Amino acid sequence: MSLKIDQDHSRFRQIVRGKIRDNLRKYISQGEMIGRKGKDQVSIPIPHIDIPHFRFADKQQGGAGQGAGDVGESVGGEEGEGEASGKKAGEGAGEHALEVDVTLDELAAILGEELELPDIQNKGKSKLVNEKDRYTGIRRVGPESLRHFRRTYREALKRTISLGGYSADRPMIVPIRDDKRYRAWRTQPEPIANAVIIYMMDVSGSMGDEQKEIVRIESFWLDAWLQRQYKGLESRFIVHDATAREVDRDTFFRTRESGGTMISSAYKLCAQLIDQNYPSGEWNIYPFHFSDGDNWSMDDTLSCIDILKQRILPHANMFAYGQVESPYGSGQFIKDLRDHFPKDDRVVVSEIKDKDAITGSIKEFLGKGR
Amino acid sequence: MSEFALKTSLPEYLRVEQARIQRFAAEAGLDFFPIVFEILSYDQMNEIAAYGGFPNRYPHWRFGMEYERLAKSYEYGLSKIYEMVINNNPSYAYLLEGNSLVDQKLVMSHVCAHVDFFKNNFCFRSTDLDAGGHTTSPAVRPAGYDPNRRWIDKMANHGSRIRRHVGRIGIGKVEEFIDHCLSLENLIDPHAPFGGRRAQPGPDSDAVATEVPRLRSKDYMESYINPAEFLDQQRRKMEAERDKERKFPARSERDVLGFLLEHAPLERWEHEVLEVIRDEAMYFVPQMQTKIMNEGWATYWHSKLMTEKVLDASEIIDYADNAAGVLASSGGRINPYKLGVELYRNIEERWDRGQFGKQWEDCDSAAEKHHWNQRLGLGKQKIFEVRALYNDVTFIDEFLTPEFAAEQKLFSFDWSKRNERYEIATREFRAVKEKLLAQLTNAGNPLIYVEDANFDNRGELMLRHDHQGVDLRADYAKEVMRSLARVWKRPVCLATVVETKPALTRFDGKEHSSKAYKAG
Repeated sequence: MSLKIDQDHSRFRQIVRGKIRDNLRKYISQGEMIGRKGKDQVSIPIPHIDIPHFRFADKQQGGAGQGAGDVGESVGGEEGEGEASGKKAGEGAGEHALEVDVTLDELAAILGEELELPDIQNKGKSKLVNEKDRYTGIRRVGPESLRHFRRTYREALKRTISLGGYSADRPMIVPIRDDKRYRAWRTQPEPIANAVIIYMMDVSGSMGDEQKEIVRIESFWLDAWLQRQYKGLESRFIVHDATAREVDRDTFFRTRESGGTMISSAYKLCAQLIDQNYPSGEWNIYPFHFSDGDNWSMDDTLSCIDILKQRILPHANMFAYGQVESPYGSGQFIKDLRDHFPKDDRVVVSEIKDKDAITGSIKEFLGKGR
Repeated sequence: MSEFALKTSLPEYLRVEQARIQRFAAEAGLDFFPIVFEILSYDQMNEIAAYGGFPNRYPHWRFGMEYERLAKSYEYGLSKIYEMVINNNPSYAYLLEGNSLVDQKLVMSHVCAHVDFFKNNFCFRSTDLDAGGHTTSPAVRPAGYDPNRRWIDKMANHGSRIRRHVGRIGIGKVEEFIDHCLSLENLIDPHAPFGGRRAQPGPDSDAVATEVPRLRSKDYMESYINPAEFLDQQRRKMEAERDKERKFPARSERDVLGFLLEHAPLERWEHEVLEVIRDEAMYFVPQMQTKIMNEGWATYWHSKLMTEKVLDASEIIDYADNAAGVLASSGGRINPYKLGVELYRNIEERWDRGQFGKQWEDCDSAAEKHHWNQRLGLGKQKIFEVRALYNDVTFIDEFLTPEFAAEQKLFSFDWSKRNERYEIATREFRAVKEKLLAQLTNAGNPLIYVEDANFDNRGELMLRHDHQGVDLRADYAKEVMRSLARVWKRPVCLATVVETKPALTRFDGKEHSSKAYKAG
């Protein structure tokens, strides 16, 4: 059943989304939003919005209470919960934390607005998003051309009857401005293209838990954003040390190998996946590679460049390389990539120093709208 | 609306109960407005509760926020609203669909007492719409008292007035202004409705005619040396000078909102919004002033009616279970239901046994006091008198006794900097009572006055915080200054005390500043 309060409620939700916007960076880098609940709901604790008034500084004021306890004991017996127990009698003031459910889609929208991400430009294969206007409701203002005759008439009739001006013999109804109702529409985007993200991660000995955590958070947001842009987004996962293999999502984030690093092995596998499963005429392809940038040898690096040039870049929308900082890695690989692709828009590299750098790197990766 | 109304009418068996309970209540001496009970599903209940008990309000996000909080806490089984009643004539009260019969009976008894309180307590006289906003003597009621309190209609009208502006200039702009006004909503004078009409300063309010100094002259030279035109000119000049010096407002004005309404340079829609906010804030004042008394009174009567008249033996356990929940005090907080009902019972007992007056006060023997019983039987009469003529502050001030405070385990608490928590400070009677009264005074709000509307002769608004030992919360105060500047449309200042030093904070529309201040 629809309630009158729905409008106020949805305005509150919009404001809350605005509030989240301010705190977004903090949330992402703390990884607090990751827990998916149910289908694709994420729950975020956000503060209750308190309208400021002239009021007393809480801590100076104190108050009167009721109950057991000796002088000097904590009120209510809860350590550190002063805020809650310090409430005034019969008044709900104080700070409440409020759970707000935000759907993944909303989150991605917030992310997009916050980072000013452009919507993705299609590489020209098929039209990416259809926008469709649907008449979904009625509102009180609008252009005359959208006037809803029947609803307007009904309002006018209601008013006339309730004012006692209606006579069945001369049923004349004159609508005034307040009676007028207009059709309202909503623009709905309809993504139609398909896309695949191929995540590759270096799991050699030099990649620690912290580095992997960064990759995990970053890939969550990349997923969320691309999911919003494309219907039917697929994700593939490749881990590599000296050899590469395809794994599922879970394994991707858990695997810890030791040993050397041959990046070319992953790129080969990636190219193979693309060749076999994702004809570039039908798919938007996003290979993302994360490593600490410590490759085995210069030769291997050169063969990486070669594979990129010959087999991956011609098919992919873009190629993204994220380099996390680790105490062991030399971090040479990112420099090599920069040297070899100095002007190529399709290759995006980003250094991710710590969790706080995640938002920045998402912006680098997605900021070009490819 | 019609559909809504149809679905909410009371089923037959509850109507029978209502008639029965109202009969018992009237026999017991309660005197209430007619009561309309409606039965609501939980989401309707949450909606109406979010609107503060009214079916229709102006559009604003905070109602949505409140709704979300209520809906969530209901869905997760944290709490639900049992009872809601509006101070309206006739009064509307809501029952939650699906509550047990015992609960519904309890709510009905409770509501009867609330409505009796609305009708009889003097504070609520300020909500009589036919008094034109001014009730000179709240204790005196006309015979056959049947005031116009159609606040449901009034609130709905507020809604449509504001909606009309929203339709014209957009929700964003209007809502932003409402937010500012809401920041100021506690800057009202709760006693304004009882002040009589404000004296309008007449053209010659201070009748002392201005005396123009003359040059000494002989009679026949007077019209040459002190010509009449010159004297007139001088008089006008001096009067203008004096007007300039005269402070405006002449006396500190506690009704800041009322002052802004009259004197701030508001556009018409802004004026209307501010007026709505002020009217509604004034409506809720008596409920804040009598929280303990009102809930105590309702609890006193529902327990009396339920246990003596309404219930049969099979229902008593359910009732006791529920009543225990209502009266529990948790987390060291004062439960207004509990404190109120106990204090009424205490008063009733004292007046039944004659434990008041000089003789009682002068008695030093604890044993004698313990067995004191003059069998006066004045208790009932006294509590009815109390419910009509007191508010929370005077109620506590007059009737809280050391014995009662000890029995109720009252204490005062303070913030301990060392342990970063609130700690029980003392159980000493005087200190506890002082704290309790302090937090009830002005409904726990600071006292703020308009001091000068032409501060520094620059048209700035100067307010004064009557500092009584507790500072203002600084971050909030800054935001409120911003809102004040939005309404006044000129810089605003506030004289207050920050950490024991007098300070004048100022907001000029862009920046906050603060300097030491010596009150002139």
